[in-house]
Amino acid sequence: MKKTIFEKIWEKHLIEKRNGYPDVLAIDLQLIHEVTSPQAFEELRSRGLDLYDRGRCVATVDHNVPTGLDRKIITDPISRNQVETLRKNCEEFGVKIFDMDSRKQGIVHVIGPELGLTQPGMTIVCGDSHTSTHGAFGALAFGVGTTEVGHVMATGALLQGKPKKMKVEFKGKRSLGISAKDIVLKMISEIGVSGGTGYVIEYCGEVIADLSMEERMTICNMSIECGSRAGIMAPDEVTYEYLKGRSGVEDFDEAVKSWKGFVSDPGCEYDKEVVVNISEMGPMVTWGINPGEAIDVVEVIPEDSEERALEYVGLERGQRIEGVGIDYVFIGSCTNGRISDLREAAKIFRDRKVADGVRVFVVPGSERVQEMAITEGLDQVFIDAGCEFRNPGCSMCLAMNGDSVPDGKRCASTSNRNFMGRQGKGSITHLMSPAMAAAAAIEGKIIDVRKI
Amino acid sequence: MKTVVSKVVGIFRDDIDTDLIIPAEYLKVTKKDGLGERLFAELREAESDFPLNLVENEGREILVCGRNFGCGSSREHAAWAISDYGFKVVIAVSFADIFLGNAMKNQILPVNLERGVVERISDFDGEVEVDLFSQKVRFAEEEYDFSIDSYRKDCLINEMSDMDYLVSRLKTIRDFDRGRKMFFNINDL
Repeated sequence: MKKTIFEKIWEKHLIEKRNGYPDVLAIDLQLIHEVTSPQAFEELRSRGLDLYDRGRCVATVDHNVPTGLDRKIITDPISRNQVETLRKNCEEFGVKIFDMDSRKQGIVHVIGPELGLTQPGMTIVCGDSHTSTHGAFGALAFGVGTTEVGHVMATGALLQGKPKKMKVEFKGKRSLGISAKDIVLKMISEIGVSGGTGYVIEYCGEVIADLSMEERMTICNMSIECGSRAGIMAPDEVTYEYLKGRSGVEDFDEAVKSWKGFVSDPGCEYDKEVVVNISEMGPMVTWGINPGEAIDVVEVIPEDSEERALEYVGLERGQRIEGVGIDYVFIGSCTNGRISDLREAAKIFRDRKVADGVRVFVVPGSERVQEMAITEGLDQVFIDAGCEFRNPGCSMCLAMNGDSVPDGKRCASTSNRNFMGRQGKGSITHLMSPAMAAAAAIEGKIIDVRKI
Repeated sequence: MKTVVSKVVGIFRDDIDTDLIIPAEYLKVTKKDGLGERLFAELREAESDFPLNLVENEGREILVCGRNFGCGSSREHAAWAISDYGFKVVIAVSFADIFLGNAMKNQILPVNLERGVVERISDFDGEVEVDLFSQKVRFAEEEYDFSIDSYRKDCLINEMSDMDYLVSRLKTIRDFDRGRKMFFNINDL
């Protein structure tokens, strides 16, 4: 029988299948952060359970960490308690933690790949919906709730119903100025925010093969925004090249032989198939309150837009999205906080100035990304332009750490969600690529980056 | 849980995300309890006539919403907040995957019905009966079947947890893992 990558991984990790019970699925790697883990550790403690395998857990602090200069001093006592609770739990249970200034700290979905822990054919979970990011390597990776975080800690396994299979094929040729972020926003705008619910999406087509690993991660990262359980891409030479020499990888040559088996057989059947044509598309921008409400930057706000969304964002049907003034810019997050994202933004900021009245946060996804940016001199490009080049973390993507967009202010953001209040109470978010966000910073309004 | 009989709280909107259910600033807790008072915090503050602000809705155990309820973030705090507030059932047109799993792990019964039916229930002012045992929803003169995975149903009725089951399978899990080759090593980091 012909099998997809997802089916091959599922079968390889299927511990037990019993009538009347969900499958027992082995989980290879668990990523842990401070927000969704305390109650899971507590559950283990109350049941007198130990970790199943310390070698499969890695923790870091990302959601709550300040990104300013004195980031080690967390002024909010509740945030501080959550970070300290993770430290204590990791100490007690013997979990490896990458804390601030370890040179390996960062957003979980940025550090997993950069340490070489994310590999083809693996099952990876984290108490975080953007775990889908790791699917870019041909891994089955998905977000779980805290109860399931506890299950994996204690048993190395999860009870899972098998999702359905969906294929998204990107066709056409990517034109200049079109990023991975634009491509994934276009897909979500076409299939809708629940178009992938119940499915694992496999992304196919030459468009994907031509993307770098970091671009692939941007697309898989946002798989959850159309409701899918996970996004996955076939590993290839680009994947192996990325992983080669990374510190977490063992027995590389033997590994590659194994990884090569995790591609879909030709002629596989899927429960749902979608084609997205990327020829002639322009840069995408969200206008509304969910990531599916995205349009080409040259377009106007659709006539059939929902009243509630329009009222919240303060825009009107038929209004051009280009030209809408912005107050804040956020460049970072697990979607677009990697070095290639910072390079794209820096290209726009070089020898230009941020518009008056606009505050720009550039937040590297990890300490390693920050270090690379400094080595390449990108930090100075940002600072010269008038941006704040900050310390790594989730920051303004979800505004848990104090970095937030004030009530009623509008932000051009490279993050993944434009939900009501996501970047702070009353904040208005427009999602876009790093280059588009940088262009918006320069102009003080949303603009087609191809004009710069 | 077997049968819930209650008037409903109708928030018939599509794509209600978990950020709306419980905003990020309330995720800093290290316990599960007490989140009920933060349920839909921003909507309660922004809209004076929001259903959770109305005195007559207090004590109701059934929440009714639109399509794709619980989309976005995986935060189980959303399920904890709904449960802590006192809801035992959520009736919706559809649910997001992660929320659906989180709900059932916290003794919340998710009921999926057709849009037209959900809308009528949302507007209905009398008592609605949700019978998990026979998998039926009854209101006014109407009755509808709903589906639920048989294992999940058992878990809800008998208040069993996945953890109990997984721990009972630990030997099988260990046997399976023996000799399984991994190509990563966290000790090298």
